[in-house]
Parts: sequence; C-alpha cells; structure tokens
Amino acid sequence: MSQTFITRHPSTLWVLAFLGLFTLLVSVFSEAAGVGLVSTSFVKTLGKTLCLCLIAIAMDVVWGYCGILSLGHFAFFGIGGYAIGMWLMYARTEAIVAQSLSANIIPPTDVEISTAIGNQIFGVVGSSDFPLIWSFAHSLTLQLLMVLLIPGLLALVFGWLAFRSRVTGVYLSILTQAMTLALALYLFQNDSGLRGNNGLSGLQNIPGYEETPQAFISIAFFWASSAALALGYVLFAWVTAGKMGSVIRAIRDDEQRVRFLGYHVESYKLFVFTLTAVVSGIAGALYYPQAGIINPAEVAPIASIYLAVWVAIGGRGKLYGAVIGAVFVSLLSSYFTGGSAPDINLGFYIVKWTDWWLVLLGLSFVAVTLLFPGGIASLFDKLTRKS
Amino acid sequence: MLRALLTVLTLLCLPAAVLAQDLQSLLQEHQAQIAKPSRKKIGPALEALVASGLPQAPEFLEKWQGKELYRRTKDGLFFYAAETDAGMDLTDIDSAVITSGVDAATLKQIKPNGGVRKAISEALVQFQLSSPDLQRRQDAVDALARNLDPAQLGALETSISSETDTALKARKQQLVTYIAARFGDTPGQRIAAINSLASGISVETRAALSQILTTTTLAAQSAPDANIAGTVELPRAEAYALLVDTAGLPAPITSDDIRKSLEENVEGGKVGTVSTVSLNTDTARLVAYDLLVDAGKAPARVTEDAITTALNDWQIYHIYDEPNADITTAAKAAQDTVNTRVNVSQSADLALDAISLASIYFLAAIGLAITFGVMGVINMAHGEFIMMGAYTGYVVQQIIPNYTVSLIVALPLAFIVTFAAGVAMERLVIRWLYNRPLETLLATFGVSIALQQLAKNIFGTQARPLTSPAWLDGALVFNDVIQISYIRIAIFVLAVMFLTLLLFILKRTRLGLETRAVTQNPRMAASMGINPERIKMLTFGLGSGIAGIAGVAIGLYAKVTSEMGSDYIVQSFMTVVVGGVGNIWGTLAGASMIGTLQKGIEWLNPSNTLAAQTYMILFIILFIQFRPKGIVALKGRAAGD
Amino acid sequence: MSTLLEMSGVSVSFDGFKAINNLSFQIAEPEMRAIIGPNGAGKTTFMDIITGKTKPDEGRVIFGEKSISLLGMSESKIAKVGVGRKFQKPTVFEAQTVRENFALALKNPRGPFDVLRHRKTKNGAQRIEELAERVGLIDELPRLSGELSHGQKQWLEIGMLLAQSPRLLLVDEPAAGMTPAEREKTTDILVNAAKTHAVVVVEHDMEFVRRLNCKVTVLNEGSVLAEGTLDHVTQNPEVIDVYLGR
Repeated sequence: MSQTFITRHPSTLWVLAFLGLFTLLVSVFSEAAGVGLVSTSFVKTLGKTLCLCLIAIAMDVVWGYCGILSLGHFAFFGIGGYAIGMWLMYARTEAIVAQSLSANIIPPTDVEISTAIGNQIFGVVGSSDFPLIWSFAHSLTLQLLMVLLIPGLLALVFGWLAFRSRVTGVYLSILTQAMTLALALYLFQNDSGLRGNNGLSGLQNIPGYEETPQAFISIAFFWASSAALALGYVLFAWVTAGKMGSVIRAIRDDEQRVRFLGYHVESYKLFVFTLTAVVSGIAGALYYPQAGIINPAEVAPIASIYLAVWVAIGGRGKLYGAVIGAVFVSLLSSYFTGGSAPDINLGFYIVKWTDWWLVLLGLSFVAVTLLFPGGIASLFDKLTRKS
Repeated sequence: MLRALLTVLTLLCLPAAVLAQDLQSLLQEHQAQIAKPSRKKIGPALEALVASGLPQAPEFLEKWQGKELYRRTKDGLFFYAAETDAGMDLTDIDSAVITSGVDAATLKQIKPNGGVRKAISEALVQFQLSSPDLQRRQDAVDALARNLDPAQLGALETSISSETDTALKARKQQLVTYIAARFGDTPGQRIAAINSLASGISVETRAALSQILTTTTLAAQSAPDANIAGTVELPRAEAYALLVDTAGLPAPITSDDIRKSLEENVEGGKVGTVSTVSLNTDTARLVAYDLLVDAGKAPARVTEDAITTALNDWQIYHIYDEPNADITTAAKAAQDTVNTRVNVSQSADLALDAISLASIYFLAAIGLAITFGVMGVINMAHGEFIMMGAYTGYVVQQIIPNYTVSLIVALPLAFIVTFAAGVAMERLVIRWLYNRPLETLLATFGVSIALQQLAKNIFGTQARPLTSPAWLDGALVFNDVIQISYIRIAIFVLAVMFLTLLLFILKRTRLGLETRAVTQNPRMAASMGINPERIKMLTFGLGSGIAGIAGVAIGLYAKVTSEMGSDYIVQSFMTVVVGGVGNIWGTLAGASMIGTLQKGIEWLNPSNTLAAQTYMILFIILFIQFRPKGIVALKGRAAGD
Repeated sequence: MSTLLEMSGVSVSFDGFKAINNLSFQIAEPEMRAIIGPNGAGKTTFMDIITGKTKPDEGRVIFGEKSISLLGMSESKIAKVGVGRKFQKPTVFEAQTVRENFALALKNPRGPFDVLRHRKTKNGAQRIEELAERVGLIDELPRLSGELSHGQKQWLEIGMLLAQSPRLLLVDEPAAGMTPAEREKTTDILVNAAKTHAVVVVEHDMEFVRRLNCKVTVLNEGSVLAEGTLDHVTQNPEVIDVYLGR
C-alpha cells in the first residue's frame, strides 16, 4: 500500500527528506545546541511556519483536491490554539496560585484554589467564575482531546448542514467566511469565557518546565511541528492518492456527474472537510504555544483568506505547492513587514516596504491567479519535465 | 407653603404696589433685616422687594446674594462695592454712579448666610420667571426643571399668564403639573395632576411618576402599617443579608470568617486539637471551628435551620415612600399607561432604526447584487469601492469647503471614480476569469488587499471625517422616544431612489433588456446581436459606481477609514445571498430581513452588539440551509444549476 | 420480461412552464427503447426525473421487482440501485486518466471509508481492460482523458456506463459526432446491452433509431404523443405534424 501512494506522490519522499535535513540543520545551529547561529526567536518563527505549512496542506486538500474553497479553516486552527491555550494557562496559573497560597497558615480548600485561579485568569474581564467551557482545562489529556474533537465536531455539523442543502461554490465560501466571522465576534465578547479580546497569553511557558530555557522549549516545539507536518503530509498524500483521491478530484471537477456514478458526494465532502479541520486544529495547537498568545483577531476572516492566498501562490492540487506557498509567502511577509527590508529610494519617493508590501502581495496574487494558475509548484514541474 | 402663598398674593397685587419709589428708600424701610439678614426674618423684606417690581431689584438680589452689598456706616445707605488698588469703588444702587477710592473702614460688608442666600435666590427666580428677557426666563425654567421645588410653584403659576412665548408657556405649565403631582397641597390636586401626566411620554414625565412611586425595602414580621407596594421574594442569601441589616439578626459566618478565626487560633501547627494540615476542606474547617465555638473563642455559626426559620418569620416588603395609597394607585395607573405608550413608541423607533439599517445594507449590497446576479462574479473588492467612494467625498470636501456643494459634487464624482475603477477591473482581471467563479473571488480579493493598503498609504491610518451639511444635522423628533436623524432619512431616500432607478433601468431601458438577456442566456443573447462583453463591462461599472455612492452615504454617518469596506462586505454578501441572487427585490428583501433581525436582536440584548452580530450570522447560516437560493429564488434552468 | 421502470402521471413545471405534463412511461427488462421528440419536448427533463436531479411536482416513479419509489431518493442512491446515465455532452473527468475514469465507474462499494480502504484487485483490472477493449480504448488507458478526441470521450462515457453495470441505461444522443463506422459499433454495443438490460436511448438521428430496431416513444410538450415501431409512429399524422413535418 505504501508503495502505491509513494510512487504516486514521489514528492512525498523528497519533502520528508528535505524536512528531516532542515530540522537537523536548524537543531544543530540553534542556541539549544550551543551554536546560536539560528536565534531562539527565529527557531520559533520557523516552527510556526511549519505549522502554517500543515494547515496549508490541509487547505490544499479541501480546496485544491476537493474543490471546496473554504474561507474558514483558520477558525479550526484558532480553536485548536484556544483548546491547548486553556490548559497552558490554567496549569500555569494553578502553579502560581499554589505557590502564593502555600504561604497561608491553613492549607487552601479546592474552592479557594479554583476561585484564586479564576480571579487570575478572568480578572481582566471582570469575572472570577469558571465558564462551563473550562470544565476540562485542568487536564492535558482531555484538552488535547478537545483539540481534535471541537474542530472536528464543528466541521462535521457545519459541513453536514451546508453540504446537505447543496450549498456550493461561492455560496459555500461566503458561508464558511460567515462561520469564522461568527466565531471571531463571539470570542471578542468579554462574556465568551475566553477573556474577550485579551485572548489567552503566556502560552510559551510550559507548565512543569518553568526551569527549562526557551531555547530548548523552542527546539522541542520545532521538532514537534516538523513531525506533525511530516505525518500530516504522509496522511494527506495517502488520502489523495488512489481511489479516494480520484473520487474527490472528480467531485472538484463535476460533482453532479459523480453523483450519477452512485457516489454520495456529500459524505466525501464531509469526510474531507472534517479531516482537514482536525488537522488544522492540531496545527493551531502547535502554533500558539510558539507564538505565546492567541486572541480573537487570529480567527478573523482575513486570516483564512490569506491561507487561500498561500495555497494559490504555492500551487493548488499539489501538496508540496501548498508547503512552498506557506513558507514563501509567510516568511516574505514577516521579512517585509518586520521593517528589516531596506527601503527603495526612487529619488522623488521612498518606497517603504512596510507600506507597500501588501500592495505588492495583493497585485502579485492577482497576477498569479491570472497568469500562473498552477502557482510556484507549476514552475517546478516545468523544470523537472525539461531536465 | 404658607410663604409661597403669601408670595403669590403679593405678586397678585403687584400692579397696585408699583409706586414711584426708589430702591434705596425701600431698603431703608427694611434696613434692619437687610443689614443683618436671618432666614426667619428676611421674608417681609424680600416680599416687599418682589412686590415693588422695581427694575433694579433683580440686580440688587444678585449682588446681595454674591456678598457684594456694603453698608456705609455713617448714614446706613446701601451700595455695591468692589475692591480696587485705591480703596473701594462704590456704586449707587439706583443711579449706578460710581465713587472711587473710598476707605474700606467706612463700609461694612453684608454677608447673608446660606439659608438667606437660598431665600434670595428663590425671590430671584420669581423675577427671572417674569423677566422681559426670553433667555433669562428660559434659563430660569431650565434651572427649575432640574430641581423641582414646590416653593416655586406660586411664582411659576403667576408667570404663566404673562408668558408670551408659546413654547415656554407650555413648558411652564408642564412644570406646574410635575410640581403639583409631586408636591400638591391636597391629594385631590395631586391625583388630578398625576392623571394628566398619564397622557405624556417624555423622560421627565416618567421620572416624575417614578419619583412619586419610590419605595423602601424593609423586613417585618407582620404587615407594616404603611402604603405597601408589595412583598418581595429575594434569593436566600440576599434575603437573609437584608434581615441582618434591617432587623438586626446575627450575621452569618462566612467561610472567610471561619478561615480567619482558625488562623488567629493556630498554636503550634494546631487549632485546638486539629492539625492545620488537615484543614484543606470545608468540612474539616467547620469541625475545627465548632470546637473553637465550644471553647468560647469564636461566635457561633448561624445554622441553615436558623436562617430558614428567620426567613419564614420575616416577610420583605416594598413600602411606598408616599403614604397616601390613592396617590400611589393613581401614579401606578398613570405609569402603566405611559409605559404602554413608551413600548409602542419604542417599537416604532425600533422599526425606524431597522428601516434605516436596511437602507444602508441595501445601498451597500445592491451593487454587489447586480454584478453577482448578472455575471455570477463575486467581487471581494466591492467593500473597497465603497471606501473609494467615501474617500472621494473626503477629498472633494478638502477642495470645496461648502458642505452642501461638495456633497452635490461628491455623489456623481464618486460614481464616476468607482465606475471607472470597476470597468478597469473588469477589463483587466475579471474578464479573463469568467466561468471560474472561485478564482474571481480570489483575484478580486487580491485587488481588495492592494486597494486597502494603497488607501492607507495615501490617507494614513486615522479616520477621516466626511462632514454632512448643516441641514442634515439633527434629528426628526416625534417624541422623546421616537426620533431619527436626518442623515438616516437621507440614506433611506437615497436607497429608495436607487431602487426605483435600477428597476427603471432594468425593466424599461434597452440596457436593462440586454442585461436581462445576457443574465438568462448569454449565448443566445450574443447570437441576437447583443455584445455580452459590453453589457458585462457596463454592468460591472454600474455595480461599482453604486458602491461609490453608497460609500459617500455611509461616510456621512460613519468615519472614513481604509478598513470601512471590510466592515460591510460580509454583511453585503449575506444580504445578497439571503435575498436571492439576480433580483433587486431579493436584495431588498435580504436587506430588510438582515436590518430588522439585527435591530431586533440588539433590542433583546441591548448591552451586547457583538452578541447580536454573532447570533445574526448564525441565523443566516441556518437560514441558508433551508433556503439555499435565498428568499426570492429563481426556479428551473434559469437558476443555473 | 418484467417491468423494470414505471412512470405514471408525472408533471413538473418551471416558473409556470410545464416541462413534463402528465407523462406515463414504462420499460421492461430486458428491453430497448428509443425516445424521439422535437427540441423542448422534455427528453432531458424526463431523464433528470428518473435520475433524481429534478423532483416532479406530482406523479410516481417506481423501479424494480420490489417496486421502490425513486422519488425522494438522492441521485447517488438511484445510481446505486441500478440506473446509469450517459450525458448528451460527454462528461468525463478530464484531469484523470482513462483507467481512473473506468475505475471510478466500476461497480464497487461507494462509501468514503470503503473507498479509502479500496485496493486494486486483479478482477478489477481485468474488467477495466475488458471494457476498454470493447469500446476500443485499450491503448489509451494511461492517457489523460482530457487528451482524448470527442468520439473517444463518447466511447469512454459509454464504457463507464457499462462499468457501472446498471439495470437501466439512460443514453442521451450516443451517436452525436460519430463516424458511420463508430455508429455501427455503438449500435452493436447498445443492442448487445439490451439483451440483458433495459436501455433507453434518446436520439435525433432517425437512421440510428431505425438500426436499433426497437419500440419508439415520441415525446411532445412533455407527454407521450405516440408509441410503437418506428414505421408505426412515423405514419402517425400528429407526429408528422409536430416533428417530422418541420
């Protein structure tokens, strides 16, 4: 079996080899290895980029292979981040509270501990009660389960509703956008139980590893992200190879025809939508501990649209295209908007990249759509075909 | 009350009292009271002053109140005086002649105490209420309205008959009613006044009624001998806390109190006989605490049973502060009537708000609906066209300072600018992507990112104002509850104009005919000599142009920012999708539904507009499940499936 | 020979226009039936109703020995109980190879998890080759079907229809754009299929219909105008009036 899909996706081996080498190199030159050629903050940036690659291949499967232009996959990413963030924040606050209460003459009761934690976490939104959605926050296992379950269930319910009533094409895109907008608006409320627009913070501190330097934690997360990307890549390569891939590409091209062949198109879409949502949730759960903070702006509709931009620029319908797009665009974006890119002096006007990068990105996006619908990956294909 | 009546009497005989008398001599008549004023004795002097009707009297009262009145020691005459570098400047009370450089030692300042100053100001109000200067009368009435004082009732009533300004007269009568309702002499008078309030709706009327109906909460073991408004059921803890406060029952011992008592009694790692380590549950703490109580080291806990018994014994009442039950009954009835009317008005106001919001959504969405309906193209840059229109309006205002003229210029100019932008985008981008709707969506999104950042680069990130002309300021006020700002009316009118105009274009003109032909069957239309390329270009331009005008309209009541487009784009899509594609009536239906829905949800949960938006979007998502083709759906092959 | 499909009293209208008007129709298994009729007679809508794409306003559509109603069933369910359809315009999956197209159509479990667990089998490959041989595409199996000629796409589509092994084949204008030799081959395949299956052919080409040598149903304005042998219906004055006379 593995032979069939790897022969169908020879890129899988290349990507895995490259990813392994890259992980090794970054680790060797990181501060954790004592070299410090790659700074800890850059390791984090690279780790985050790997997570973005993971959600990008998920997006590629749902859009490039199955033809569902979801403008809401970042909602699942964000939910994954919130789910892990709840545990990180709870466990860390619990440790701090235990520390401060240990000075008491009389040991604290459970109620006192939980009130103190609640005060710490929800003080910013003027509350101290634990909302119902925090019921599992004390347990890493349960919360990790939430990382998988909540995006999965949301995608299942939303997808079932939408696909069942045959909402397709741009309607579906708008509907998914509405979904992520609704989620963002909900999270922005102070009484959402997730600290409103403050979001969850301090996520880079891993409970139980307070003494471990960030250099090591960052490398650990980098490895985890790399492993997750590798597993995700293999999973999606397996799913899109063989007959499943054939059916979902057929759905992309003419879903009505697929129905007349006797396939229940809605089930396939739902399967793909839910699977990619779960993977997006995992990507988010790995991303936000490296970012350190998550707030509702992360799931605003624009984020999901950028996701589509990455995949389109990288090349749809090819998993490595999505990886290239995510790496290329997100790293370029952080380079140009970070202020380290040199300004261009035109004599009469100084082009500041912080101001003009988005204009360039927008226009190049139009250009890619018009002129290179295959994205960067199609250039690769041309090169390999010639050689 | 008596004094007020006296004042009324004196005022009534005012014409007879007007004598050719100067103020100084009048003051001399009452010199003792004026020089050493006291709250008790000042009355006759003030009454005489009011009765004199002298034009100098108000100024005198003000100066007196302001401690600027002095008395010359040698002859006992009164002057106004002000300190200068060279001694004092004396001003004659009647002739206003100024004498400079007077030695301060020859004068004695008159300092009325607080009570007297209050009496003076009351007398002053009487002057002000009848002052020939409209502004002063107005101010006096406003001051009175802020602080309804029964003592002023007489003065107010007297001034009504001579009031020339109709509005002010009505206002004075209103105040008389309020005062009578709250402070009238007999219950009959008050009830009559209260009943007349029942026909009102204003905030003041409601405040007057609720002030009559103020209550005090108290606990009693049997029904108290008072005007009882009703009994109250409070949550257990709250009810008992009230009993502790009002009936002097022992306060319950909280878990905090227990912890403190335990901490205070820790000796050698033990409380009594209990080790502190084991005190990490509430049950363990209670046991340890009860041991402390037994040892007499802490107050006994109030048991749950005791609380239950206490709550059974005591009843909590709301008591009207007004003892007369007839009055409160009348006030309650009046309040109910007023509230009913307020509710009706609020519904009307809500409906107006909803219509206004629907107009905005309609304006924002109709351009999108045209392009989407005719070409099946989703224009993600539509919001940026709205922004472009708003910035056009802003730029025009920088050049033409007259707001009316600039608005007249801006509307067509915004249309032209965005029309051109729309045509350019159609020619350069969209035309290459027909039949690839998802890619159009993405390409236009690229345009949207670029335009938004471009606007940021040109106009900066801060919001730019688009000022409406003065005649659009203010609001049309029906009553205290129903009002709508003129800008919103203007937007509504604009929306109606566009609805008619578009219906006219689509149903009555050649362009409309060709557009409908291209929408329904492009190949057939092409074979009949219609150039679909041209139609699509023009349609796209038209849709974009309308977005520009919508931008000016939206900019007038909201700020102009580079991100304003994205605030409307999702709602606009919703409007189009909910309404049904390819139909102006559908867009109207969609806009009405979303506008009404949003206002309705906001009304149910007024504190939280975010929640309102969240619920609205969830509702729309569900709605689309059941009517995937929108409210006004095309059927059959024309629907394009 | 027993009735496989029975339609009775079916009507459907779009915005007031009656596309199908009180139509009744039956076909046995095995049987070959040709349907002719002028443009707008409701031929495509007739197929849409059977395959579940269009829901009729009234009437019944009953299929098989157990007389199950096709109304209210989804398109995929109808396909699974044994109704296959070939479209007028060849619609094959152009981004996939001919072999993949065949594999998609091959009768196999259709659920997502069945498909995910699906392994290529010797039987399957054999059947694909057999079918490809039959429609003359054996050398094209590894090619992208988008690269095929129009006629080859028609063949592929016919091959896919056979691969589904349906009990009822709905074939919309199979001969359009074919050379006379290809038409003959198509006729053979259809006639062969009609020995064991129910086959409904919609066709404009009278010569082709004649060669099928079967019962003909004439549709006009959404209902059956005449039914019988080709000679019988072509002599019907009403038929001549609405269709042949033009």
